[in-house]
Amino acid sequence: MRDDALAGPAEPVRISPRAHPFRRLLRRGAAAAGLVVIAIVVTVALFAPWIAPYDPLAASWSAIRKAPSAAHWFGTDEIGRDVLSRVIFGARASLLAGVVAALISLSIGVPIGLLAGYAGGRTDMLISRLTDAVLACPFLILAIALAAFLGPSLTNAMIAIGVSATPVFIRLTRGQTLAIKAEEFVLAARAIGNPPWRVALLHVLPNVVPALIVQATLAVAAAVIAEASLSFLGLGQQPPAPSWGSMLNTAKNYIDNAPWMAVWPGVSIFLLVLSFNLVGDGLRDALDPRHA
Amino acid sequence: MFAYLVRRIGSIVPTLIFVSMLIFGLQQLLPGDPAIVLAGEDRDPNVVAYLREKMHLDEPLPVRYLYWIKGVLHGDLGESLRMQKPVLELILEKLPVTMELAAFAIVIALVIGVPAGIVSAVKRNTAWDYGANAVALWGLSTPNFWLGIMMILLFSVTLGWLPASGFVSPFENLKANLAALVMPAFVLGNAIAAVLMRHTRSAMLQVLSSDYVRTARAKGLGERSVILKHALRNALIPVITLGALELGTLLSGAVLTEQVFTIPGFGKLIVDAVFNRDYAVVQGVVLFTATAYIVLNLLADLAYVVVNPQIRVH
Repeated sequence: MRDDALAGPAEPVRISPRAHPFRRLLRRGAAAAGLVVIAIVVTVALFAPWIAPYDPLAASWSAIRKAPSAAHWFGTDEIGRDVLSRVIFGARASLLAGVVAALISLSIGVPIGLLAGYAGGRTDMLISRLTDAVLACPFLILAIALAAFLGPSLTNAMIAIGVSATPVFIRLTRGQTLAIKAEEFVLAARAIGNPPWRVALLHVLPNVVPALIVQATLAVAAAVIAEASLSFLGLGQQPPAPSWGSMLNTAKNYIDNAPWMAVWPGVSIFLLVLSFNLVGDGLRDALDPRHA
Repeated sequence: MFAYLVRRIGSIVPTLIFVSMLIFGLQQLLPGDPAIVLAGEDRDPNVVAYLREKMHLDEPLPVRYLYWIKGVLHGDLGESLRMQKPVLELILEKLPVTMELAAFAIVIALVIGVPAGIVSAVKRNTAWDYGANAVALWGLSTPNFWLGIMMILLFSVTLGWLPASGFVSPFENLKANLAALVMPAFVLGNAIAAVLMRHTRSAMLQVLSSDYVRTARAKGLGERSVILKHALRNALIPVITLGALELGTLLSGAVLTEQVFTIPGFGKLIVDAVFNRDYAVVQGVVLFTATAYIVLNLLADLAYVVVNPQIRVH
């Protein structure tokens, strides 16, 4: 429904041979800044045990809700845990959820979209109607419902987010496949007697990849927010394990006497999501000569 | 025109059927016997037996679906075990609150998003344009529940201007009602303002380069008149219909916003239902939102056809 109204038939995104896309991406300052932030967050998440000044789970009854100080840069929470250490370890849940959810959407959405676009006919109609049905359920509400029925945990939240975001990839792959299918090189590949699966996988799919990379980057951004939202509602990472969303859920109750608890997890989500959005927009410009 | 109407209305039927199957299928995700899970922690054998019979659990899945959908078509979305009320009644009870919040949020989104998009398009590649784009990117990247918490910190805790939570009916006290809703509506409208700004900008850019705008300029009209009278009117058509597609964002956002500001609406209903393991309510709310989304999309599409003669002809 959405795409039909928006853009009409999709055109395949092609890489201009003149400039290396990655160099063009870096030339865009905002996208480069986004990449730097993502690299920092990934490093922090990977080396969290060495970077964090304290154990993120260690409560201290003598340091409950202490304001930021030299000992605790971001302050402490309601049971005396170090907020900085929890923000550092929380990066793991957010990154993991963002990337795994996007991979789930890709691995379900791309084959189905390719099948719909390449096979056409009734297969296409059935898949398109099903996709419409899933798209009619608002993304986060569907994710909440799925997470509720699967049971609250980080793994289930990732599955719920990944499945809810799948229709976008089906739509995109289908649209691109339809456009590429009509190109001469595909007709040639078919004319020399390649079987359909071979044409779809070796000739059509590689040309869909640039558009998928852009969409996957933006999907990671959406998944990071969605994971934080589910954790905020208590449906994601379960306490006491740290996650930015669940930290905000607790912080909300102490907003009048420990506001520092709410600031940093939110800033972290914002920066990570903004970075993925910037890189996604930059990649779109870099990979699509029409935007360059 | 009439044929288009019939075809377009007919096209939502298969979508609605698939949506209902999908939502019915959610139940299958519950681990173990649904009747035992749904009966709650005490697992009263009477309740389990009642549920088994009510949900026709001894029948095969397709038969159970038919029983369920028959109920749905008669307005029976099931019953809330926790609140002992029909799900539809609960939804209709909470709906007005969310609708007021959503309407308020849309007004805020329009007031911010459309002018920002116009300025950004008219003053393309200037500081104004970059500024508006930066604000849009901020709107799209900020988790709205965090924005809500930060606004509570500033306007309620620090300045003491607005209430941090709660809801007062507009029929009881309109001033208190608006005071309670202004922050949540801004939080909710913020993300949609960003989307509207982007739509308005691209629609304006397209319209501004069209022949009739050049004609309007050539006959000596002032720039203000060209932009506001000639360009904007046509640019707004796609913006309004695309804006209707943001209903999903609005409803998803309302879930979190109502949670942050403790507003007893639709979003709070689904979250509370999740925690109470009141699965019929969860299903009912998803079914209701999806149906509302499909119907409103249909209306937006039809409105688009009505106001845009180019499509009407084809």
